[in-house]
Amino acid sequence: MTTTTTPTLEKAIEDTAAHLYVWALKDIPQDLRDALGEASRRETHKVGKRILETITTNVAVADEQKNLVCQDTGLAVFYVRLGEHFPLHPARIETALREGTRRATVEHPLRSNTVHTLTREPTGDNTGHRIPNIHWEFVPDWDGMDVKCVPKGSGSENMSFLKMLTPADGIAGIKRYVLDSIVGAGGKPCPPGIVGIGIGGSADLAMHLAKEAIARPVDTVNPDPEVAKLERELFELINETGVGPMGLGGDTTVLSVHIEQAHTHITLNPVAINYQCWAARRASAHITADGGVEYDREF
Amino acid sequence: MAHHELTFPTTEEAVRELHAGDTLTIQGHIIGIRDATQIRIFDRGVEPPMSLDGAALLHTAPNVRKLDDGRYEPMCIGTTTSARMSRFTEGLIRDHGARAIIGKGGLLPEALEPLKAHGGVYLAIVGGAAALETTQIEEIEQVEWEDLMPECLWKFRVRDFGPLIVGMDTHGESLYENVQVEARRRLEQSIYSKL
Repeated sequence: MTTTTTPTLEKAIEDTAAHLYVWALKDIPQDLRDALGEASRRETHKVGKRILETITTNVAVADEQKNLVCQDTGLAVFYVRLGEHFPLHPARIETALREGTRRATVEHPLRSNTVHTLTREPTGDNTGHRIPNIHWEFVPDWDGMDVKCVPKGSGSENMSFLKMLTPADGIAGIKRYVLDSIVGAGGKPCPPGIVGIGIGGSADLAMHLAKEAIARPVDTVNPDPEVAKLERELFELINETGVGPMGLGGDTTVLSVHIEQAHTHITLNPVAINYQCWAARRASAHITADGGVEYDREF
Repeated sequence: MAHHELTFPTTEEAVRELHAGDTLTIQGHIIGIRDATQIRIFDRGVEPPMSLDGAALLHTAPNVRKLDDGRYEPMCIGTTTSARMSRFTEGLIRDHGARAIIGKGGLLPEALEPLKAHGGVYLAIVGGAAALETTQIEEIEQVEWEDLMPECLWKFRVRDFGPLIVGMDTHGESLYENVQVEARRRLEQSIYSKL
């Protein structure tokens, strides 16, 4: 944990964004390291165990060489919790997060992945129209700001699924859709990772919630006991499929299942899945109203 | 499940010796290609400016730094999902003589037939393990089609590149397909009944 103070708030946020992006790519969080280590010890499948050992070696090599864990520097996604009394408008915060992303890409340098969707023309700096993707949560009676950077790799993002189930499909329908989707994804999203699931709301809200779910630390539990129960059941059932590390067979297909939910319409039962690969990169900071920055404050 | 060591470029006969589940370490040279590279070769009909004959191809778009003398220094080189590029398999093996495709997640089942017919294997690397992969690349020797950056044609000289697992062989066997069949059997026979 480090604390720094910088002259202006907007600059502090920009610096923080640049730091978080690179830090997330190089140093995966401890909860994920623990989960990967535990999976490696428990795995009984020969190929699966070998893959998990290679993953552990890779994380150690990234630490030693201060290199990126994975070459895919992702699409930059930021999650912001913003206090009502924080003295900078979200419009300026958005500008600062964008500029921080751009600077990190150019200065490190990081591979730029961002292209125009139709022309495929690269922007060269990992920013673009509506990119970085920023999730906002506003907190009453508070003057602070939490920010989390989750560079999202495309291998796992390509394995995103949405289905508008019917109310009659029920919870069993949700479970079946998740199982079929994860088995169908096979080794493509770099399992074992975190399965993020959004249920309820509207189609767009369900996927938004799935994306929030993948940003939670491994083994965090939804506060709603019904949702937490579904998280546990799906974790067990998915690992029974035997898809295994990198889709080559084994006991460990997922490290964790996270579900976020919203209320929905009487006729709706949406389920959205956003997969996060084993290299579930994530880095956080807390910014005070006077521009002080405290890194590694998880939320 | 035998372990092999092969120096690339290699021959059709050498890759026909490999079986799904075997492990492999590669010496010599590997050529990096990706979506845009193959779209240019096959969909735009542009002849690649380096030979792919006997080559091991790697599905990659590396992080690199350009040096003052025009060469590129490897920074972080890893492997992308192969399934997107499955349809190029036949052209790579039959028309260009490539012998191995290295990637993660597997090629789609439709690639098994051209691998078998024309003599090519799919080698699985551990996706995301790019920091380790980078230490096995000694030098970027040649870069073509820089306008496609980072999806250029890259020629890497490697040492002890691996561990790789033979995921799809020339005998019609695919570890990915075997795992899928077993997973679907488990769903049907025990898992769905618990929902």
